[in-house]
Amino acid sequence: MAVQEMEKQAPTPPGFGPVAWLRWTWRTLTSMKTALLLLFLFALGSIPGSLIPQRGVEPDKVAQIYLNDPVRAEWYQRFQLFDVFNSVWFAAIYLLLFTSLVGCIVPRTTTYFKELRRRPPAAPRHLSRLPHHTVLDEGLTVEVAARRLRKLRFRVETGDGWVSAEKGFLRETGNLLFHVSLLGLLVAVGIGAVFGYRGNVLVVEDEGFANTVAAYDRFMPGNQVSAESLEPFSFTLDEFKASYQVGGDPTKIGQPLDFSAHLKVKDAPGAPQRDYELKVNEPLEINGTQTYLIGNGYAPFFRITDGKGQVAFEGAVPCLIEFPATRVSGCVLKAPDAQPGQLGFLMRFLPTVAPAQGGGFTSSFPGDLMPRVQVLGAFTGDFGVRSGRPQSVYELAPPEIMKKLKPLVMGSTAPKPLAPGQSFDLPDGLGKLEFVAVKEWMTLQIAYDPGRVPALLAAGLATVSIVFSLVIRRRRVFVRVKDGTAEVGGLTRTEGSAAGFAEEFADIVKVLSAGDKDVR
Amino acid sequence: MSAEVLAEASDQLVVGAVLLYLAAMIGFALELAYGRARTDAPAKGRVKQPVTVGAPQDEAPGQVAVPADPEPPAWAGTAGKVGMALAWVGWAANASAIVTRGLAVERWPWGNMYEFVVAICLAAVTAFLATQLRTNVRFLGPFVMVVAVLGLGAAVKFLYTAAGPVVPALNSYWIAIHVSAAILASGLFIVAGAAGVLYLIRGDGLSRLPTRSDLERVAHRAIVVAFPIWTFAVIAGALWADKAWGRYWGWDPKEVWSFITWVAYAAYLHARVTAGWRGRAATIVQLVAFACLMFNLVGVNIFLGGMHSYADVGN
Ligand code: HEM
Repeated sequence: MAVQEMEKQAPTPPGFGPVAWLRWTWRTLTSMKTALLLLFLFALGSIPGSLIPQRGVEPDKVAQIYLNDPVRAEWYQRFQLFDVFNSVWFAAIYLLLFTSLVGCIVPRTTTYFKELRRRPPAAPRHLSRLPHHTVLDEGLTVEVAARRLRKLRFRVETGDGWVSAEKGFLRETGNLLFHVSLLGLLVAVGIGAVFGYRGNVLVVEDEGFANTVAAYDRFMPGNQVSAESLEPFSFTLDEFKASYQVGGDPTKIGQPLDFSAHLKVKDAPGAPQRDYELKVNEPLEINGTQTYLIGNGYAPFFRITDGKGQVAFEGAVPCLIEFPATRVSGCVLKAPDAQPGQLGFLMRFLPTVAPAQGGGFTSSFPGDLMPRVQVLGAFTGDFGVRSGRPQSVYELAPPEIMKKLKPLVMGSTAPKPLAPGQSFDLPDGLGKLEFVAVKEWMTLQIAYDPGRVPALLAAGLATVSIVFSLVIRRRRVFVRVKDGTAEVGGLTRTEGSAAGFAEEFADIVKVLSAGDKDVR
Repeated sequence: MSAEVLAEASDQLVVGAVLLYLAAMIGFALELAYGRARTDAPAKGRVKQPVTVGAPQDEAPGQVAVPADPEPPAWAGTAGKVGMALAWVGWAANASAIVTRGLAVERWPWGNMYEFVVAICLAAVTAFLATQLRTNVRFLGPFVMVVAVLGLGAAVKFLYTAAGPVVPALNSYWIAIHVSAAILASGLFIVAGAAGVLYLIRGDGLSRLPTRSDLERVAHRAIVVAFPIWTFAVIAGALWADKAWGRYWGWDPKEVWSFITWVAYAAYLHARVTAGWRGRAATIVQLVAFACLMFNLVGVNIFLGGMHSYADVGN
């Protein structure tokens, strides 16, 4: 495509010897053709990233592909298609584009500065051949024409019987700045990736968070981030409020309207405590570290009293949302310290209980208007918690262990859904489970990206300078004075602006023929 | 007026706009079909440039309207004028539909696909009418109207969403900045796209369709204006993402395709300026870019999802 047209500009093939080769490589890399090709590749390379689930964004979908189609997943993995934007090949395109941009900006900058100092060229002999041309009958001298053009902020050069004037250098300035700011943008993004970090954490009401690596559920540092460099702030979540649409259009009932988390924040260990209302679109910023509210759900508070009358568990259990529209959530609770036997529960949290079609219960609204906990199963036996194997808090036990557990209640023997304050006694005097109260959890993303502001500045500069580059035209006006008549010719070198220049040319001619008005 | 009345009025106005645009389209089409045929003058008499740095010049050799054999009937011109009047009334209906919707829901009225498409149609028609105020581009009328009718029709038929609130992530002044810019740029790109398609359909010779050089000029102008606006829209999107999602760029499908669209239009501009492509080749690049834009609007929302699918935050 672009290739053939630009072949003419392509560098000649190398001679022999390493220096010649190096030079050839550099020239090829920094040629316009290569730069455009790389730009295309950069765009093309990002397509698979939009079509195939990405590990950093949708890890569960990636896991699903591994489950359903392991062969395909293997191939994707081989080409790093689950991590396109961190892949070696994407980085290679990025770096080559970067080098290419540098290689094309440097020579253009020198040309630019030379151009700045260059005088406008001599007027051509036959002005009537120019696209815009007119003849003035009045006597115009070279000096007057030059002065009037200077007044119009042209750069002017005069000669024997001619004036040559040029304007519109801001176009080049804009164009160069645009390309430079693209480079700046690439650098800023790179800085962010190397010196920044990102992490996720889930916080339940009345619990806190202190910004240390260990406190994160998932922590993704750039490779120059040390554990000590984290901003030492902390906060507790006082209250989480969610509001949902109640009336109006039936299809909209239950749509979230607002989420808001009331935090008590300490900017540093010794600092005074302050209140902060964290909302979607309104992150908490502390010295460049941003804390964002990205999700929320329910964490019912439970108390388990074991067969010996001891409290074996007491705390809030964050439940995973199963149906976002109604916030039906699944909860898992383990009490490995319970005596005489360990206890485990599979439960469902229903924020607004309602009878389900075909029996059973479900939730009809995401807000906690009539919260209930439904016990789906209770088990005793060895949950393998102390085996040292890593376990998920959202899974009661791996399948091989589940098989060996003894079910205490299941299906029809399950109790009616519990309201807050209600409890339910396990068979065989093994203890009881009490649903104490409803709490909510929120998930946060905490990010530090030193490249944010530079990226913003570069992007802003790019936008402004592209306007200059596209809108301003370079134009030249020539005047030749001979025998009392003045010929005026004009042209613009800029693409697509012929029509606009015709008007400007007419105005310039008007100024040039302004008579004696400005002659002092 | 109550919110329900306003919402109802908005729905009616959209339907009204579809009918008016349809009528305008017929008027424009009659003028085009029975009016003068035009031809592209052969590109001759190029002026030799005294300076030859950079781009080839664009002092277009003017195209001439060659009268077709039988003198066109007088009513053809009238049909075009009536079409133009109807287009303005349709525009007013379209704009009022958006305003009443905004008043009904008490927020910026482009929070879902339906509202977004209605607004883009308005932007496309606005771009056309605004250009018409300065230079005569009535020849584009039938085609811009077709796009607007199809767009609004599809919005009503397939995308309709009753008036209501938006999810918290969309509740931000950024929607006014980011989405408005995207809508504006899309409207202009649509005008350029319509001109591009016509360019390819039209042959070189005598035809009732607008001349190729007219079409190319309109497309290029529209893109030159739209490109910085699109650049701004993408950047504003990044700023919003930085506020809402905790990163300014995360290669979300919508972000990826906005970027691809941007690169493709940049490639079009480059192809013209630095490679000197004109006519067919440049038009094809433009239409590839346009296809990316449309895929971003339709395909990404329907097939790919991602954070931009206006779903729950963080899902
Ligand atoms: C890497 C090497 C590159 C080179 C050598 C290069 C060179 C050029 C040149 C010579 C122009 C024309 C200047 C003028 O009309 O006065 C131009 C314009 C432009 N470039 Fe680049 N460019 C490069 C990369 C890029 C990249 C990565 C982008 C981003 C998408 C880009 C976007 C643009 C745009 C939007 C224009 C304005 C086109 C117009 O004036 O109509 N360029 N470039």
